[in-house]
Amino acid sequence: MRFRAKIVDLACLNHFSRIINTIAKLAKTCILRLTVCKLYFILSDKVANGGASMWCELSQGNFFDEFQMEGVAAEHNEIYLELVPENLSRALKTSQSAKAVKIKLTNKHCPCLRVAVELPSLSSSSRIVTHDIPVGVIPRRMWNDFREPSVPDFDVSIYLPVLKTMKSVVERMKNVSNFIVIEANLSGEMNLKIETDLVSVTTHFKDLGNPPWASEDGCQSSAQGRDLETMAEACIDIKKLQQLLAGQQINPTKALCNIVHKRIVHFILLHEEVSLQYFIPAVA
Amino acid sequence: LSRIGDELYLEHTESGLSLRAVNSSRSGFASFLFAPLFFQLYEPGTAGPETELFRCKVHMKSFLGIFRSLPSLEKSVGKCLILLKPRASRLVLQLHCKYGVTKTHNLAFQECERLQAVFDTQSCASHLCAPARLLAEAVVHFPLTLAEVTLGTGPGGKISLRNYVEDEAEPSKTMVTELWLAEDEFQSVAVAPGSHITFCLKEFRGLLSFAEASNLPLTIHFDEPGRPVIFTLDDTVLEVHLVLATLSDLESDSQSPSTNGVSHLPAPSEDFADDLESYMAAMETGEGGSERPPSPTFSLRPRRPAESDPEEEEEGAVPGTPPHKKFRSLFFGSVMTPGRPGPATTQEVLAEDSEGES
Repeated sequence: MRFRAKIVDLACLNHFSRIINTIAKLAKTCILRLTVCKLYFILSDKVANGGASMWCELSQGNFFDEFQMEGVAAEHNEIYLELVPENLSRALKTSQSAKAVKIKLTNKHCPCLRVAVELPSLSSSSRIVTHDIPVGVIPRRMWNDFREPSVPDFDVSIYLPVLKTMKSVVERMKNVSNFIVIEANLSGEMNLKIETDLVSVTTHFKDLGNPPWASEDGCQSSAQGRDLETMAEACIDIKKLQQLLAGQQINPTKALCNIVHKRIVHFILLHEEVSLQYFIPAVA
Repeated sequence: LSRIGDELYLEHTESGLSLRAVNSSRSGFASFLFAPLFFQLYEPGTAGPETELFRCKVHMKSFLGIFRSLPSLEKSVGKCLILLKPRASRLVLQLHCKYGVTKTHNLAFQECERLQAVFDTQSCASHLCAPARLLAEAVVHFPLTLAEVTLGTGPGGKISLRNYVEDEAEPSKTMVTELWLAEDEFQSVAVAPGSHITFCLKEFRGLLSFAEASNLPLTIHFDEPGRPVIFTLDDTVLEVHLVLATLSDLESDSQSPSTNGVSHLPAPSEDFADDLESYMAAMETGEGGSERPPSPTFSLRPRRPAESDPEEEEEGAVPGTPPHKKFRSLFFGSVMTPGRPGPATTQEVLAEDSEGES
């Protein structure tokens, strides 16, 4: 099992760091899955995470100049590692002016991802900073726990409002209530509602647009033929939503959410080089 | 100085005004000596043969409060007068500001004995001098919360800085960061090969930001683990010293997990076991020390209760025992006589405690 990768381009490094920062805000610990072409950051919906789960996928070719991976076995040419993304985020934070960043899987005393940053210096030789991030290797028998979640059979799919606006609304609502209701319909309308004994606040968004989903084996069935005005809603933990909105540094080109009435909200942030899916279950 | 201790010690002498601080565990000491030339007017006051040179200490916070907002001070204050009124027990700071406004602050002070750590930069085996900016760029890779850092020398004359991982922390859970600097980035390097020391990063950061702001090169004098590390800044009118205790390592085995295989640092020498026995004995009995040359005075950093027997000899044998990490405190010389303290063998407990402060 081997892994070595190198980033030389500063823009790629910057972009990669921002993705890691986003992941770090959403998960304390997560799984990094490495395949020949892609990297995945996975958070599975265990109770410990409050039921929220995450799937983030990026093509290695968009970021790395060199990428070599050998999985656990020829037929299973993948590596699953458990790590604390905050560590990786910290390691990359001070490397923004680096000449090169190399990442390597090592196993000296315990498995680690060694991030070696070569920094420019006034002297003849560069400065090297190494960060050894401890990781856990996930055995193959547990890989099934981390499969890609399927798109739920949603009732409404709608584009999100400008994330910055949505973020400031949710941040203020967070001070008042612990839970927020997201409701939306197929006419491009979305409401964010909170309610306490003393006050209830609703913010209305209009003209958001509903993304067209290509009908694949009837997964559209619940949404087709649905009355355009009827709202589908879910009441979710406001902190999770706020973490997503405030922490994300991806600046997606497309941001949308799928709501399964009273069950789950599925957020999708899309960018040409990375996609992030975040599931927040509805509370009872 | 406020990053070190809660009390500011002031002492004025012929050679200038000295401001000092020590931390609560006596493992960190800093002093800033301003030469008379630094001041527009410098009058040590009448010092007859009977009067001792005056020393006092004030609360750090009160003193800092006067200089709270630096930018506005720079704009409005014309001059600052510091005056001692011994009979009124007040240290007076007068800020003469624009438009005829004078702000007078009367600070209560306490008389105290001389605060002086015993150290000698000449006796250190290794010296490094670097522009402050280099060191600032180096520490930026370490989190602000990191307590201790290890400075070491490696192959090819390179200097390394690594976060210190406590023995109690699980090596498989802690991230280790190591930075290597080439010799030619420093202004001067004279180090004993294979040497390394571990000291408190937080206290060092305070000095580093001062050095950066005043654009002065920083010199680091160090010796073996356990002996204090001395940081100095030198200017025509200012002399700064920061003395920090360093970790004396006892275990040679437990070095390996934290070095993570990159063992550029050799196993530490074993000859501290002896010194520590007397050190421990001193701790137990509460005495200043023995006649053995430099065994430090008391006041362990209170992380672990004192172990009564020198477990250091059983290193590695019992994995579950608490770590043998002990910071050696600095030497605080006898203060019975004014002037520079005597040789390092005087071991009196700092008289401060005898004043009955809690």
